[in-house]
Amino acid sequence: MLIKKAEDILSSEITPKSLYLNRRKFLAGAALAGAAAATGAGLRELIAPSTTVFAGNKINGIQKSPLSTTEAVTPYKDVTNYNNYYEFSTEKDEPAKLAQKFRTRPWKVKIDGLVEKKQELDVDAIIKMAPPEERIYRHRCVEGWSIVVPWIGFSLSELIKRVNPTSKATFVEFTTIFDPGQMPGQMRNVLEWPYVEGLRMDEAMHPLALLCFGMYGEDLPNQDGAPLRIVVPWKYGFKSAKAIVKIHFTDKQPLNTWNISAPREYGFYSNVNPNVDHPRWSQAKERRLGEFLKRPTLMFNGYDQVASLYSGMDLKKNF
Amino acid sequence: MLRYLKPVLFLACLAPLGWLVWRALHSALGANPIETITHNTGDCTLTFLLITLSVTPLRKLTRQYWLIGLRRMFGLFAFFYGTLHLMTYVWLDKFFDVHEMLADIAKRRFITAGMTAFALMIPLALTSTKWSIRKLGGKRWQALHRLIYFSAAAGVIHYIWLVKADLKKPLEYAAVLGVLLLYRLIAWIGLRSAAVDKVRVSEG
Repeated sequence: MLIKKAEDILSSEITPKSLYLNRRKFLAGAALAGAAAATGAGLRELIAPSTTVFAGNKINGIQKSPLSTTEAVTPYKDVTNYNNYYEFSTEKDEPAKLAQKFRTRPWKVKIDGLVEKKQELDVDAIIKMAPPEERIYRHRCVEGWSIVVPWIGFSLSELIKRVNPTSKATFVEFTTIFDPGQMPGQMRNVLEWPYVEGLRMDEAMHPLALLCFGMYGEDLPNQDGAPLRIVVPWKYGFKSAKAIVKIHFTDKQPLNTWNISAPREYGFYSNVNPNVDHPRWSQAKERRLGEFLKRPTLMFNGYDQVASLYSGMDLKKNF
Repeated sequence: MLRYLKPVLFLACLAPLGWLVWRALHSALGANPIETITHNTGDCTLTFLLITLSVTPLRKLTRQYWLIGLRRMFGLFAFFYGTLHLMTYVWLDKFFDVHEMLADIAKRRFITAGMTAFALMIPLALTSTKWSIRKLGGKRWQALHRLIYFSAAAGVIHYIWLVKADLKKPLEYAAVLGVLLLYRLIAWIGLRSAAVDKVRVSEG
């Protein structure tokens, strides 16, 4: 029998009140939609545009994780309306609007390369592989801002163990869906599509590396990478590929999209590192959304437990 | 015409600031308000520089010579929004950390370009009065105020150097600036050949 104890209540169910306010606003907005233009609600939408989000379904049986931070969670409204998701748009406030009709079911993920059994898995089968955990992680963008997000998923290693990569597999490559009909940003060659990211095998197997399908207690919103993404909290945000359709095991270091776009500026590793600046701007500090003063950026974004993965490596060269 | 138009345009030029303040008061600047303010004031600076630069071609092509009476106002608004943009950086972004800012100016080429663009506007704003024109003499004043070409170019380069991958918006500014500078180049060549012809005629 499942009886919820007080300490089992997830912080995400309590903290971001804005989520619930947001829903109320959504409902109110729907009720008023007809009269909106006439009553001046249209002006209100102009002033505070597009903070409505399709609230996903609640995920049941979420477990807490000791890997979570206790820092204040960024409001849901910010995490869902400030998105670097170039497949939809290079403007951060656009994906919230443009991703609303993005189809996340049916969704297959191809597993291939150096694995014992190449296969296509249904995303719902993947989600059921292990119990969902809430992981409240710091998330640091290469642009110098950061957020704290209560992601939901389980360690990427759970999936990797189940698909049995061969002993030759030393890297994993993640490919985002290519569908310009649904993703208008892909109609422009701002980046090389489809988006590809990669991890070294030991990085991918680290318990912190998350296979993610939800946040704030619910399904992942489309603009945050639904239906399936990875979250690698000690690396800059662009390493955490969204809307994944292919997981490829290989013995060669993958070329990741931003590295192809500007090799001098974005490396394969892209670990958060306050001592290695982006060639054009400093990485020593960051602005946590919602805070006025910048705070110092921490080595590996504060996840010191990954340091051993890089012992003996020159992180200035392997940026 | 100018007497009625100028106050109206003056208020219109303040509208972007009013809109920004309004949104700030209604917490509608998005998830990263300081970034929004920085981008907004930067866009306004470039836009007003380009508006200022279009006055001369416009008045000559349309033969509406009275338009010259608006140029100083537009130029000063470019300086005004440029100052706000710089203040956003100095105050909201760097929080008056002089050491950090000096390091930025030296190391970050997009900051270097932006600071250059702003620095070049200072003498123009300072000599924008009628008194300065008289004091400097028309020719010298005009020569000095050609600095706006370099300021605008540095401003556009500042924008190009700061974006990550999507060059669309900075290149739009660059294209408009290119057209406005090309007009001047063509006008200058035309003037020169006209002058040469004059000399030939007088010699012949």
